[in-house]
Amino acid sequence: MRLSDQETAMLQGEAGPAVQLAMRIVTRMADVLGAADLARIASAHIDGCLHHGDGGVEFAQRLVELGGATAVPATLNVGALDLLHPKRVRAGDRRREMALRQMKAYEALGCRPTWTCAPYQAGHRPRLGEHVAWGESNAVAFANSVLGARTNRYGDFMDICCALTARAPRTGLHLDQHRRATALVDLAEIAPALKTRDVFFPVLGAWLGRAVGDRVPAISGLPNATTEDQLKALGASAASSGAVGLFHIEGVTPEAPNLATALGGKPPETVLRPSPQGLREVRDALSTTSSGPIHAVAVGSPHFSLREFADLEALLPSTPFAVPFYACTGRHEHQRLQAANRLSRFEDAGVQIVVDTCVVVTPVLPPEGGVLMTNSGKFAHYAPANTGYGVVYGSLEDCVASAKRGHVIRDEALWS
Amino acid sequence: MELTGRVLHPGTGRGPLLALSAPLSFWGGVDPRTGAVADPRHPDHGKRLTGRVLVMGRTVGSSSSSAIMLEMLRLGTAPAAVVVGEPDAILILGVWVAEELGYPTIPCLETGKAAARRLACQSGHPAEVLGARLRVSSESSSR
Repeated sequence: MRLSDQETAMLQGEAGPAVQLAMRIVTRMADVLGAADLARIASAHIDGCLHHGDGGVEFAQRLVELGGATAVPATLNVGALDLLHPKRVRAGDRRREMALRQMKAYEALGCRPTWTCAPYQAGHRPRLGEHVAWGESNAVAFANSVLGARTNRYGDFMDICCALTARAPRTGLHLDQHRRATALVDLAEIAPALKTRDVFFPVLGAWLGRAVGDRVPAISGLPNATTEDQLKALGASAASSGAVGLFHIEGVTPEAPNLATALGGKPPETVLRPSPQGLREVRDALSTTSSGPIHAVAVGSPHFSLREFADLEALLPSTPFAVPFYACTGRHEHQRLQAANRLSRFEDAGVQIVVDTCVVVTPVLPPEGGVLMTNSGKFAHYAPANTGYGVVYGSLEDCVASAKRGHVIRDEALWS
Repeated sequence: MELTGRVLHPGTGRGPLLALSAPLSFWGGVDPRTGAVADPRHPDHGKRLTGRVLVMGRTVGSSSSSAIMLEMLRLGTAPAAVVVGEPDAILILGVWVAEELGYPTIPCLETGKAAARRLACQSGHPAEVLGARLRVSSESSSR
């Protein structure tokens, strides 16, 4: 692998011991992945600030002790605490202390305390073709697919090492040849009405993750008016059920003005045509139960946008919910709701707004357990293992209707 | 059987081979305190990875899986070795950070997808990773 003089100097410790440690890891990774050299990155999104145990705290504090400082703008993904509503998260004193230390260590390294899994809706929007190093699988899928920036799926630790060195191994999705779609997904068999609905996109994502593995898909047959929040939901679901880091949508995403461009002028290696029945099966597999009582509702994975809050606001009932209703978001949107005096509308209706974190990464849901209803493919995927709750997937409308009654109410007509 | 691969992280490790029957995200899929597969929808749900020579065709899911690997190494619940079908950018990172922090580490070997598939039917057999070599005994050790 070729290193520039400056990169060699970093590896030899001339930019300080934190940069040296980070460069050691970046170059080891570049070696394993077969990179020819390192790419200069414009920004980073850091996933390593979520507390999974003391090892992550120790690593971040080690970098601080060694004098580490980010060399590019860096945003932070969710932490394990809601710093604005400290009582939201159930945690003992020690876990709380360690989670806070980890969050503070990343701030001390110069990262912006955004605490969101949707940094792209908090003002961090890399340009088309720009190399970046992002963590958090939904953010990676969004940055590559919707913004046309270039990043691989950087795990915890790698993200901060890239931010400290302003470098990433030039491999995978940083390179033109790996961004070309090799799988064509033709949605001709799916009813047009379904393809405009928010509830469709997490299901399509879950299907995509299972069907394409780590190939880059080009999707044909989605409306040009597909919204950013729908693309966000698609990517989050595809990246949790599979290893999808980049997808193209004909006429929608920036590297797919048409299919030929997305496919790099070559025929696809495989053509997939999901059937209505096939998608319905995937939709059913997102749930562990399909009827009966529910015990909580959670929305906002990825973090709810202002537009999604407006959708929820329009559905808010005049009578209280029968079960706790959580909406997870970042401070960027929380502040905008607050400034517009809209927070109380949600709070009065019984919506608990969770900020800086979410209900699937840290204990927020009632400890008694039960069944969680959600409109998020990512929550549906991770909730059973992470929270012990069973899960039911439905639309935002289904979630509100079910929360009012305390049992599952879903509009099945769309899927029949 | 014996095969040679590329060393992603050096070392030796031995234990019963465990070839996962479906891709697994360590984050959300493994409890680092017990070392067991915690995703109730995974076909290997409940199986402990601790002390096993873990064979994975490919890895999926969250980029936080490296933090779970680090935590397993810190707590002593990690596999004895990891054998992957293709280079894995996420789990290996947990091993490298463990090394930087002075925790024990485990060997990681990349064998190629075809070899990883051949190992799929060897679960339960005693196995050993020695640097670039993986040795699997033909006798199944009953559990």
